Amino acid sequence: MKTRIAIIGAGVVGASIARVLSQYEGLEVHLIERNVDAGMGVSKANTGIIHPGHEDDPEKHPLRAKLCVEGNRLWYQWTKELRIPAKWPGELMVALEEEDIKVAEYYLELAQKNGVPGVRLVDREELLRLEPNVNPNAAGALWAPTAGVMSSPMAAVALTENAVDNGVKFHPETEVRGIKVENGEVKGVETNRGFIEADIVINAAGLYADRISAMAGIDHFTIRPRKGEYYIFDDDAGPKVRRIVHQTPTPTTKGVYVITEMNDGVMIGPTAEDLPEEAKDDTSTTREGLEFVWEMAKKLVKGLPPRSRVIRTFAGLRPEPPDGRWIIEAYDDPWGFINVAGIRSPGLTAAPAIAHYVAEELIKGKLDVKLTKKSRWNPYRNAFWFKALPREKQAELVKENPSHGRVICMCRTITEGDILDAIARMKKMGVRTITLDGVKLRTGVTGGTCQGSFCRVRIANIIARETGVPLWKVSIKGEGTEYGIGDIKVLLRGEEE
Amino acid sequence: MRSEYDVVVIGGGPAGLAAAIKAKELGLNVLLIESREFLGGIPMQCVHPGFGIHYFKEDLTGTEFIHRIIERFRELDIEYYTNAHVLEVAPYSYRHKILRIVTEEGLFEVAAKTVIYAAGARERHMFEIGITGHRVAGIYTAGEAQTMMDIYGVMPGKEIVIVGSGDVGLIMARRFTLEGAKVKAVIELMPYPGGLTRNVVQCLEDFGIPLYLSHAVTRVEGKRRVERVIVTKVDEKLRPIPGTEESIECDTVVLAAGLVPYLKVIEKAGVEIDPVTRGPVVNSYLETSVPGIFVAGNALVINDLVDYVVEQGEEAAMGAYEFVKNGGLPALKWRKLVKGRNIRLAVPHYLADTKDVTIYARVGEPEENVRLRFPEIGKEIRLPFVKPSEMIRVKLKREEIARAKDRITMEVVRDE
Ligand SMILES: Cc1cc2nc3c(=O)[nH]c(=O)nc-3n(C[C@H](O)[C@H](O)[C@H](O)COP(=O)(O)OP(=O)(O)OC[C@H]3O[C@@H](n4cnc5c(N)ncnc54)[C@H](O)[C@@H]3O)c2cc1C
Ligand SMILES: Cc1cc2nc3c(=O)[nH]c(=O)nc-3n(C[C@H](O)[C@H](O)[C@H](O)COP(=O)(O)OP(=O)(O)OC[C@H]3O[C@@H](n4cnc5c(N)ncnc54)[C@H](O)[C@@H]3O)c2cc1C
Repeated sequence: MKTRIAIIGAGVVGASIARVLSQYEGLEVHLIERNVDAGMGVSKANTGIIHPGHEDDPEKHPLRAKLCVEGNRLWYQWTKELRIPAKWPGELMVALEEEDIKVAEYYLELAQKNGVPGVRLVDREELLRLEPNVNPNAAGALWAPTAGVMSSPMAAVALTENAVDNGVKFHPETEVRGIKVENGEVKGVETNRGFIEADIVINAAGLYADRISAMAGIDHFTIRPRKGEYYIFDDDAGPKVRRIVHQTPTPTTKGVYVITEMNDGVMIGPTAEDLPEEAKDDTSTTREGLEFVWEMAKKLVKGLPPRSRVIRTFAGLRPEPPDGRWIIEAYDDPWGFINVAGIRSPGLTAAPAIAHYVAEELIKGKLDVKLTKKSRWNPYRNAFWFKALPREKQAELVKENPSHGRVICMCRTITEGDILDAIARMKKMGVRTITLDGVKLRTGVTGGTCQGSFCRVRIANIIARETGVPLWKVSIKGEGTEYGIGDIKVLLRGEEE
Repeated sequence: MRSEYDVVVIGGGPAGLAAAIKAKELGLNVLLIESREFLGGIPMQCVHPGFGIHYFKEDLTGTEFIHRIIERFRELDIEYYTNAHVLEVAPYSYRHKILRIVTEEGLFEVAAKTVIYAAGARERHMFEIGITGHRVAGIYTAGEAQTMMDIYGVMPGKEIVIVGSGDVGLIMARRFTLEGAKVKAVIELMPYPGGLTRNVVQCLEDFGIPLYLSHAVTRVEGKRRVERVIVTKVDEKLRPIPGTEESIECDTVVLAAGLVPYLKVIEKAGVEIDPVTRGPVVNSYLETSVPGIFVAGNALVINDLVDYVVEQGEEAAMGAYEFVKNGGLPALKWRKLVKGRNIRLAVPHYLADTKDVTIYARVGEPEENVRLRFPEIGKEIRLPFVKPSEMIRVKLKREEIARAKDRITMEVVRDE
């Protein structure tokens, strides 16, 4: 008999769990997501840092501290297997004033306790060698060489794609509205697309994990949104930073980061602003938030690229549990229900470790499900970018299929072939609505200098052609976000939609 | 594709087409590369008139105008590729640049003695003009909206707020209205409209569309699609004044907030950039700081009129011709063009007395009854008015340039 598992939420956490579970025999895994695609929640908009693991006190948050260090290690391998762009420049926690060195020393102690490799204090001289663009008046820094940066928007889709390749069923545009519990055991989830039977239900619903948990009768916590706002500069705008740079945390602020993203653009942010519980959708930027980020970043580095080279501002929401404690638990009542809730930062870092923990400690340990590795499991995802290929390979591809020779996104050099490949992979993964954002997550189109004003219409046109929807109906991120309102004469005909 | 050309033109808009035509007429062998699936550039999406008044002495629509140029281009049998993209221009030696080009037919590397870069401009988007709020559907740049409507036949929205009252914003306001949409307002940061008075009258006043001067759209709100914008008054320093916020309901925001030269490809080749024009620094042959790379059209400086763009294309072609003929431009005594009072930008940056030169400039402030002066060469021109939105075009004769030693100042002075 197969064990049926329903995972609610295809963020980086839910998708990591799906991937880990796809390694085992005898499981029927369903990954349920209410958005049109994976990774469109918290996991889409964050700093994208793979933290080294010295920011959590193992006495206060033992699980978080442990899973972060482990997650960091796992991502080395996972990013390669899944072809998620990542790099490992290391991180500097900068002590701007002499007295901040004490704070850095405290984090050094945590690094030792958590077993983070390579962490040490550096003086001003070495700091400036490691990061020539840092504020030259800084007193010193804590250097953590294992820190990395990854393309976080790409993570959940890559994980999901790989999970599906290994037998997981992905259910996009499927909203969980209830959890069926009988005789103290979970039986499955009610969704807008019908009932999905399950012996185990895993709640990885991000900002909404409190609501899902309450559906299973566990309602002792609420998740509050904490906003973080950012700027991204153009990829060819400098000065840049080589390392991940941030400031020693103070009681009032954790400070902002200055990093050079995977796409080579400098990114600065985030703020940390607590919002009321109802504001779980409010990913708007604000003038105050952005000004704060600007001022903080200016203290941290010698030079920022000019404001005229900002190509994007955005905000993300952290799912904050009470006391900052991650709620990763399996319950006796209802039996079979697992919360993976309140996964605030460093949840991206820890996701692979969280997934193993859920499989081994909770599913195998607590719920006593036998986990046997499949003899054949494919760890790889076959994604490629035309521009990243060697020239001979590019030439071959164009010869095979001319669409690889048509550059659609000029700022990022993304070809029609890349876009068609992404669409094909979306269809294979089970995405129902091919959206502009879905193509953006997978290829990087519209993320460059022009932010889509040259190419968005051409991409929409390719989607229309490949899916048979009219061009105006191609959506940016699902229902209500259609690209246009109809053909050009729709208003003159006086039709009401 | 052959492996070596006298000139490779990057961009098949009016500047690139004009450059290719002229270069071919001068006897050079020419290759033109265009990224999109058709030649023509921006005018292909402009169904309104206002094109070619100087060049053809006729008021044409953008499509009519470009049709004539493309006809001429075809007559000359110039080699070109559409759906082709220049990835890289690498200076190989003083006389050669290697271009990496990707097309549907394969990847090519060609050598060129000269390159004319005419890739046009990009539009400024909401993030660089400080608009905060939600990132929702229903936000377009003017060019994107225009392409949707006039090339692909899609209507972007029905209740529209336009940001920017330059000619592009004004023309789009009229265009939307004619398609049955309601343009709720045009919002302009400056205390005066950015476009021609004629366009303010014909595109806004005739249709009763309100124009908000000294106002900025500071925020966009909505859940899935735009639901409203927040508009704020600004002070003399163009900063929003707190407490003056006003909300306008709409489902669409169209940004016509200016253009920036699109230099992606040649920036990497190392051309020096003027921080004010945001285009390359050029001499009077429109040659950049990399020998043999010339630039024309909106990639050089944002032009109001397509006629100037075509003129620059031809000028760049003549520069390329000189380069090819002589194996490089000769060493000359260059005079720096210095920006004096109320001159915000001016190109070319360096002038020599080997030929007459056309200068394109913009002022910083609107003024009436002024003189445009070049003190070092004793030249003065009376102008009834100057406006930042209207480019100044003046010709300096070679004899005039020869009168200056090492610099030529250009300034606007009040007429006493
Ligand atoms: C500003 C900011 C900066 C951060 N920086 C970092 C960092 O640098 N490094 C790091 O390690 N971490 C960082 N994090 C934390 C990290 O982003 C999160 O911990 C992680 O993305 C959480 O993933 P998740 O899968 O739990 O949530 P999500 O990605 O939100 O996934 C939950 C999914 O559940 C779906 N869902 C919700 N309700 C339902 C329902 N009823 N039915 C079906 N589906 C549903 C949602 O649509 C969503 O897709 C940051 C977070 C923020 C906001
Ligand atoms: C809404 C609007 C209204 C206008 N109205 C008027 C008017 O009434 N009268 C008037 O005179 N002017 C008007 N103009 C201005 C006029 O259209 C421009 O001045 C003119 O198009 C600029 O020409 P260009 O050749 O420099 O650039 P573009 O027309 O932008 O052409 C550049 C070309 O280069 C291509 N390209 C870019 N990068 C590459 C690369 N790496 N490889 C290959 N190809 C590349 C692009 O695809 C494009 O086709 C208007 C413009 C707009 C947007």
